[in-house]
Amino acid sequence: MLQPNAYKGKLIIVEGIDGSGKSTQIDLLYKWLRSLGQSVYFSEWNSSKLVKSTTKAGKKKHILTPTTFSLIHATDFADRWENHILPLLRAGVIILADRYAFTAFGRDVARGVDPQWVRKLYSFALQPDIAFYFRVPMDVSVDRIVSSRAKIKYYEDGKDLGLSDDKVVSFRLFQQRIRDEYEKMIDEFGFTVIDGTLPIHMQQQQVRNIVQDVLQDWQGLPALHTSEGGTQ
Amino acid sequence: MKEAAFYGAGFPYAPISDLPGRLIVLEGTDGVGRSTQMQMLKDWIEEEGFGVLDTGLARSPLTQPGLDGAKRGHTLGHLTMSLFYATDFADRLENQIIPALKAGFYMLSDRYFYSIIARNVVRGADPDWSRKIYGFALKPDMIFYLRADVPTLVSRVVNGGGFDYWESGMDIGCADNLYDSFCIYQARLIEQFDQMAEEFAFTIIDANRSSQDVFEDIKEHVRALIHES
Repeated sequence: MLQPNAYKGKLIIVEGIDGSGKSTQIDLLYKWLRSLGQSVYFSEWNSSKLVKSTTKAGKKKHILTPTTFSLIHATDFADRWENHILPLLRAGVIILADRYAFTAFGRDVARGVDPQWVRKLYSFALQPDIAFYFRVPMDVSVDRIVSSRAKIKYYEDGKDLGLSDDKVVSFRLFQQRIRDEYEKMIDEFGFTVIDGTLPIHMQQQQVRNIVQDVLQDWQGLPALHTSEGGTQ
Repeated sequence: MKEAAFYGAGFPYAPISDLPGRLIVLEGTDGVGRSTQMQMLKDWIEEEGFGVLDTGLARSPLTQPGLDGAKRGHTLGHLTMSLFYATDFADRLENQIIPALKAGFYMLSDRYFYSIIARNVVRGADPDWSRKIYGFALKPDMIFYLRADVPTLVSRVVNGGGFDYWESGMDIGCADNLYDSFCIYQARLIEQFDQMAEEFAFTIIDANRSSQDVFEDIKEHVRALIHES
């Protein structure tokens, strides 16, 4: 349970296993909202400059444990929360987040940390106005990842767990665990489930319809006409 | 042999069967004389014939560069700071403290997570949230709380390295000069430690006295711990 968002701004997030297509969808959503003249802020998982050197060093040297992996990502999230997300929500901005606390609840629990403990870490985060969950079968995820970016990462893809010596098998086993956690979170956190196997434009149409409903009769902070868009 | 006890779930992915070593923590605010006591205690336990290792806050190779950089920039919010320190603590617990205890060492820790909680709560963090973060933390065998009054702390700091920006809590703006800020900030920390004393079963040591007197007290407690084993 997360506290509801009582601020003027709107919080919309996307979740899903690797290869679910969530980043494509949130990028299209971002561009559409900008074109409507809304103030939109995009926040990406694991992107705080403050903890970047620590995360990078830890990953490179393979010295992170499931607990420190979890804590360092929570630190990253807290820094983005305190410096960007929360003040901008108060200002009336639409925040779009590519991955949110639920990524930690899935990934860190798949890696073996206590589910209640990691939920407590993120208990300062607010319940999003919409939490899109892009659901795909395992085969789709694996095919997309293996065919597009053949480089499977050590931590993101659970190599540290030693599930299998085979990169692809290890990736699949780890993503399967995360997927199981996401499925459990659908009810717990009221995810809006989108079928990630549909054509991109059909998913986007559903996403826009749902967002439009939430923004009905809502007045946020107007965007400046001079500002240029870009999602990063 | 002794079973590992945790404040919460511990490390579910890495169960520990037994920890033959002993974990002794020295806690207290800045200027209570922790480092002097650490050294005396280490020397004495070694004289007794036991292997001793030590650790202290913010000494993890993982987070130290990041923490130092963040302090220079003063950009840390209290949530971020709480979690960053917890990362450092977890790294040292899993990679230094637990391995040393498994190998049968006496591990002396110059502060534990209690100091971090005190500092975070004084900066506005939620007390319950701050504690729950440390559900992975191992319960020490003995926690000494070196308790000294603010005038004692001032005298030690003035005769030592002088007032420090962070030890005076200048970042929270409770006063416009180091001296007043130090007094207010340290009094607030002491209040937090006092609240934790019972909760975490601290052994309270009056640190307003000479370091030799303080050490005699500590030694007596540690001797009992040694003879237990």
